[in-house]
Amino acid sequence: MSRYNLNNSYKAIVIGGSAGSFQGIIKILSQLSADFPLPIIMALHRLKHVRHGFVEALSIKSNIKISEPEDKESIRKGMAYLAPANYHLSVELGNYFSLSTEEMVNNSRPAIDITLGSAAYLYRTKLVGILLSGANRDGALGMKQIKDKGGITIIQDPAECMIDTMPKAAQSITTIDHTLGIDSIVAFLKELQQHYK
Amino acid sequence: MITDLDIADLKKVTELILQQHGYDFRDYALSSFKRRVLRILELGGLTIDSLLKKIADQPGYINEFLDELTVNVTEMFRDPGFWRLLREEIIPGILLNNKQFKIWHAGCSSGEEVISMNIMLKEMGLQDNVSIIATDIDTAILDKARAATYGIKNMEVNEKNYIRFQGKHSLKNYYREENGKAVFNSELLRNVSFRKHDLVVGEAFNKFDLILCRNVMIYFNQTLQNQVLKKFHGSLFKYGYLAIGTKESLIWCEYVNRFIVVNQEEKVYKKIKD
Repeated sequence: MSRYNLNNSYKAIVIGGSAGSFQGIIKILSQLSADFPLPIIMALHRLKHVRHGFVEALSIKSNIKISEPEDKESIRKGMAYLAPANYHLSVELGNYFSLSTEEMVNNSRPAIDITLGSAAYLYRTKLVGILLSGANRDGALGMKQIKDKGGITIIQDPAECMIDTMPKAAQSITTIDHTLGIDSIVAFLKELQQHYK
Repeated sequence: MITDLDIADLKKVTELILQQHGYDFRDYALSSFKRRVLRILELGGLTIDSLLKKIADQPGYINEFLDELTVNVTEMFRDPGFWRLLREEIIPGILLNNKQFKIWHAGCSSGEEVISMNIMLKEMGLQDNVSIIATDIDTAILDKARAATYGIKNMEVNEKNYIRFQGKHSLKNYYREENGKAVFNSELLRNVSFRKHDLVVGEAFNKFDLILCRNVMIYFNQTLQNQVLKKFHGSLFKYGYLAIGTKESLIWCEYVNRFIVVNQEEKVYKKIKD
C-alpha cells in the first residue's frame, strides 16, 4: 500500500474548506484514528457570530480530539484544530497558534489563505495542504504558497465537490500534486500514518 | 506584488522605528506583523528599502505607518454574551463597593467598544457614575474615536450584536444618519477621555476598577503579553476586573496567580493579590 511515495518528515496537515465541505471533513475525521501522528489544522468558512456548535458538530464522529485554539496555544500532535469564529488563525515559529482580527480576506474571517500561508512559511516542505469544496477563491493563494515552499498540495476532486470554485481556483494558480475524492484523501492520510509507526 | 518577507527585513523596520521614534515592535506576534508590513508595502507601492527610506526621511510618516500597522477592525457589542455578563454581573459587582468608578479601554481603536460601554451604562442609569479613559497608540484612530462617526454599512453587524445583547432600545436611538455615516450622539462620550498611550513602552498612569483589553494582546508575543499583564495588574485596584478577548489566555503569564477567573467563557479576570 504505497501509492503516494511518502515518508515520516511531515509535521502538519492543513485543511481548507467552505460551502459543501462539511460532509467531507466529517468523513475524513471519522475515518482517521485517535493516534493520527500529525496535528490537523482546519480553516473552514463559518458564520462569524456563532461561536459555538461547530467543534461539537465535527466531534460527533471524530476519533481525534478537536479544539478551537486560544491565542499562543502550542500545536500538539494527535489534535485537530479549528479556526475560531471571527478570527484568523496563524501558526508561528515556535510551533504555536496566534489569532487575529485583521480585515477579512476574500470576504472571510477565518480566511483559509491566512492559515495556509502561515503554515507554508512555518512547515515548508513538511506540510500537506488539502483544499476542499467551496464557492470562492479563498485558499488558492495559500495552496500556491504551500507548493512554492515545497509542501504537498491536494485538492478535492472538482467532479466530486458540491461547489468546485475553490479547488479549481487553486488549480489555476499552482501545481496540485494530487486531485482526490474524499475516500482517496482518507487513504492518503492513512498511508502517511503508516510511516510514523 | 511582494508576497513574503524575511525576518531580517522585518527586523530592519522594527530597529529603525525603535531608534527614530521609540515605538517597540520587536515583540509583536510575527505572522500578523509580517502581514501588516506586507499590506503597507502593497498599499503604498513600496519595497522594504523604500519603506525604510520613507521612515527615515519623513518624520511625519510614522503616524500614517502606525495607522496602517495597527489592526483597527472592531464592532460594537462584539460578543454580546460578554456585554450581558458586564451588565448583569461585573458592573453590579463593582457597584457593591463603589458608586463612582473608573474604566480603561486599552487599545480602544476607533471607539466602538467605548460607545458600547456608554450605551450600556446609560441604559443602566450609570453613565455619570463612571469615568472612562480610552487609549490607543494610533493618533489617527483616536481622532476617529472622538468623532464617533461610522460607516453606515458597519451598522448592520453592530445592530445585530446590540439585539443579541438585549439592549433596551434600538441602536438607532443613539445615532443619526448624515451623508452615509452614523453619527453618534456626542453626549455618549461626555465621560470619556481619549489619550495616546503605547502599551509596550508606556507606563501605568492611573488605577481602575475595570480594564478592557480585548483582542489587542493577540498581536503581541508571550514575552510582551507577560509584561503588559504586569502593567494591567499595577493599574487595577485590588478586586478590579480585567477583560480580554474570548480566545485569549493569560495562563502562561507570571502574574496569572494574582488573578482569579470570574468567567472563563468570556475571559473576565479579577485581581485578588497586589
